[in-house]
Amino acid sequence: MAAGHSPLEQFEIHRLIPIEVGGVDISFNNSALFMVATLTIGSAFLVLGMRRRAVVPGRVQSLAEMTYEFIAGLIRDTIGGEGRRYFPFIFTLFVFILLGNMLGLLPYGFTFTSHIIVTFALALVVFVGVTILGLARHGLHFFSFFVPPGVPIAMWPLLIPIEIISYLSRPISLSVRLFANMLAGHTLLKVIGGFVAALGIFGIAPLALLVALTGLELVIAFLQAYVFAILTCLYINDAIHLH
Amino acid sequence: MTDDRRPSDLEDLDAKLRAARGRHGGKPDRAGLASDKSGLSIAFRIGVELVAALAIGVAIGWLLDRWLGSSPWLLILFFVFGAAAGIMNVFRVAKGYGGAVGYRKSGSDAAGKDGKD
Repeated sequence: MAAGHSPLEQFEIHRLIPIEVGGVDISFNNSALFMVATLTIGSAFLVLGMRRRAVVPGRVQSLAEMTYEFIAGLIRDTIGGEGRRYFPFIFTLFVFILLGNMLGLLPYGFTFTSHIIVTFALALVVFVGVTILGLARHGLHFFSFFVPPGVPIAMWPLLIPIEIISYLSRPISLSVRLFANMLAGHTLLKVIGGFVAALGIFGIAPLALLVALTGLELVIAFLQAYVFAILTCLYINDAIHLH
Repeated sequence: MTDDRRPSDLEDLDAKLRAARGRHGGKPDRAGLASDKSGLSIAFRIGVELVAALAIGVAIGWLLDRWLGSSPWLLILFFVFGAAAGIMNVFRVAKGYGGAVGYRKSGSDAAGKDGKD
């Protein structure tokens, strides 16, 4: 069973419904399928969970409320009262990434967050959005962002390019962090899983490790969604409250 | 005894409510924010920050060189800028500033905000 199955096979993209518009391949693939599944599960979880609106919440409603409270608290701590306006965006981002990471852990699942182009697109949306937000809020004053406070003018030619590069590196570090964590974690699970099958009866040892690693992966799946959300909050905060 | 208890309970609740409402508006210190303090994630984050800034610097230098035909001088210059930006990112992460450009401590942050808005 282990032979012939590459640990990287799980990341392959398969076309499910080939669509081509104007020479551009926009086929519906397994990545898109899991994104749709993520959106469906996320929406169903919240809509069905909150349907009853019980004063004493049931299990699903309690979970939905906890998720809401968690992100609301996160925004409150990082952006402050003003940040509530951005709650829908950050909440959607968090739930989308979290469920995407989690669905990838299921057998036969596909982790769309393990593809750099997906995470980079997400990071780019945040980056462009935050830049537009900053420009809209502060106009040209936004560019004072790139001048570190309390620095003599003689140092500006040196420090401004550094600050701009640092600013431009945000979407890269944001996307690479999520993508690399997911890719490495899922590959590791598959590799250890291969050992279980290859070792026969002694496979019990890697199996035990696998159980522990799956737990760790669950934590990482959550943590990476959290980090993505918190960094988005920090970026929005920086764009709103320019120094 | 019971007469004493009831108003104090209500006052207690009132104080709790006010505290909760205050939390919604207020903005606590960002210091205790980086709660993912596990060593591996910090190490990974620092590595990514360093490399990402360097890659951006090199990409800008290379593109400018191609555009202006000044190879390889701008590439070298922006390599150094990128490296510096990477070190600065790492410094900010290590200080717990969240890797933000131009981020300051919350004290001066609040002061600047009041002056601006």
